[in-house]
Amino acid sequence: MDDTINPPDPSRRRWLAATGVAGAAGAGFVAVPFVSSFQPSERAKAAGAPVEVDIGGMAPGELKRIEWRGKPVWVLRRTPEMLATVQSVDAQVADPTSERTAYPTPDYAKNPHRSIKPEFLVVVGICSHLGCSPSEKFQPGPQPSLPDDWQGGFLCPCHGSTFDLAGRVFKNKPAPDNLEVPPHMYLTDTRILIGEDKTA
Amino acid sequence: MAAEKQVTTTGLLGWVDQRFPLTSLWKGHMAEYYAPKNFNFWYYFGSLALLVLVIQILTGIFLVMHYKPDAAMAFASVEYIMRDVPYGWLIRYMHSTGASAFFVVVYLHMFRGLIYGSYRKPRELIWIFGCLIFLCLMAEAFFGYLLPWGQMSYWGAQVIVNLFAAIPFIGPDLSVWIRGDFVVGDATLNRFFAFHVIAIPLVLIGLIAAHIVALHEVGSNNPDGIEIKAKKDEQGRPLDGIPFHPYYSVHDLIGVTGFLIVFSYVIFFAPEFGGYFLEYNNFIPADPLKTPAHIAPVWYFTPFYTVLRAITEDFLFWWLVPAIALYVILVWLTARTFMAKLVATGVGLALVAGFFLIDAKFWGVVAMGAAVVILFGLPWLDRSPVRSIRYRPDWHKYVYTVFVVAFVVLGYYGTQPPSPAGNLISQIGTLIYFGFFALMPWWSGLGKFKAPPERVTYSPH
Repeated sequence: MDDTINPPDPSRRRWLAATGVAGAAGAGFVAVPFVSSFQPSERAKAAGAPVEVDIGGMAPGELKRIEWRGKPVWVLRRTPEMLATVQSVDAQVADPTSERTAYPTPDYAKNPHRSIKPEFLVVVGICSHLGCSPSEKFQPGPQPSLPDDWQGGFLCPCHGSTFDLAGRVFKNKPAPDNLEVPPHMYLTDTRILIGEDKTA
Repeated sequence: MAAEKQVTTTGLLGWVDQRFPLTSLWKGHMAEYYAPKNFNFWYYFGSLALLVLVIQILTGIFLVMHYKPDAAMAFASVEYIMRDVPYGWLIRYMHSTGASAFFVVVYLHMFRGLIYGSYRKPRELIWIFGCLIFLCLMAEAFFGYLLPWGQMSYWGAQVIVNLFAAIPFIGPDLSVWIRGDFVVGDATLNRFFAFHVIAIPLVLIGLIAAHIVALHEVGSNNPDGIEIKAKKDEQGRPLDGIPFHPYYSVHDLIGVTGFLIVFSYVIFFAPEFGGYFLEYNNFIPADPLKTPAHIAPVWYFTPFYTVLRAITEDFLFWWLVPAIALYVILVWLTARTFMAKLVATGVGLALVAGFFLIDAKFWGVVAMGAAVVILFGLPWLDRSPVRSIRYRPDWHKYVYTVFVVAFVVLGYYGTQPPSPAGNLISQIGTLIYFGFFALMPWWSGLGKFKAPPERVTYSPH
């Protein structure tokens, strides 16, 4: 096109630019439903109902795994020896009194044993690092991937974070937080409801 | 009416050429694309990467015909392919071995670029497209790995998606958004399937096209790292160039033959490759309640995974803070512009402040990402006056050797369960990996360089 025959017309250029901007804004709006479709569906949101657990028949030292919202929840019946180790490692854990707020510990579990009843520990068995489920390493003493003064607890197989028998993370490990204590309450002496507590 | 396009071809080809640039495309990219005549063994891996891509797409199409992207059926449908679909086992082993072969070939292809300086001006864009291809390939492999819905698929995806949860403020919501659920589940599997079979492959093919178009625009580098276009004959053809077709098209068939021998051996005799190509734990269906006792990503991710694991609080404060301080001092002593000093100081201070404010977990994720992203900067980090390692000071070869050893050691420790000794070695390896790139502007220009030859080194046989 020869510019001397058709010189550029600034007003037309401005309209073209305005149309382009309007089109881009429209494209932005069209992206909203697509981006939103990635969110959990109504069905996924509805699937988070509380679950009931019977802890009546549990032997001392036994660990029970329950699925709640697709996550493993552990109920551990601690022996007196196990509870004793919890006090003795206070200096080695990163957050002994569960003050951090990323996974807030409910008030009824903010105590030395991190549970409603000292004997029964209820935690979500998901490492606060990258979401693996730690394995139980209740046997004290030196063993692979664990320190020589190991007193029993949990070891995350993915990145080596270790937790004591109250689910508290040891210092200088990849996981920043203690294991989450889910909202829960005792319906009777032998039945726990996970996913709901009296305050809710 | 416009005059008809004049073409030299006749008949059917002439008819097509008047309507589509068939002959000129063929000439420009094959018959009259001049490649240096001194290509060596390392130059097989580009064409081999293309071959593996074709294998993956073909086998992938046939696998999709039998696979079910449903959390309740996925694991069983893979077993159905392995046991009941005629030759399903072969197609699946081609695909699973092809994934590992892709990374073998691409890592060697990248190493070739590294030692011969193929990323140097004017080939920076080829390198950048290549790095983007590498990123896409990692995404493709990661999404694909969830599909068999075994224990490793499940927990691997759980870990990687949770990497995003480490980002301050938006992280937890972001990881829910990626999964489409509060845990890895059916919604996650479905979307990963969509990414694996269509979204990423489309992007990948586009990037490969851009990679090759950029390559053919500037011409290939060669083991001597000199420009063959600097010396041309009367017709304007590079004196040291030979037409890609038939010379390199036939030459590459030798590479294809050698590759297929090894590839077939693995498919028929060692498809699991000792647990490195197909991990044993992935033969157990996904169990959201129990992580396997030992989890590790597939071998091609392990160097980066080890970097992630190496970042602990102690490492940040006792190793990285001093390393960053020394680096900023080095920049102050040697940088030519005040701007560079200011940027280095600002970034250094921001990082150290960040170490105190944000968990080590986040910095592990940052380090893992940075280990890949730093590759993009290579064309601007390398200050060597020659491209090829052949004309660099001998001690540069030791620097490259240390880097390669560190990369392999990082890869090895990524396959191992965590241990105190392994963690220390991983941290040293991480420092070497980043030091290699971060200090490259200094070391790459030091030493006594040899003069590259006028013409490529080549002896006819």
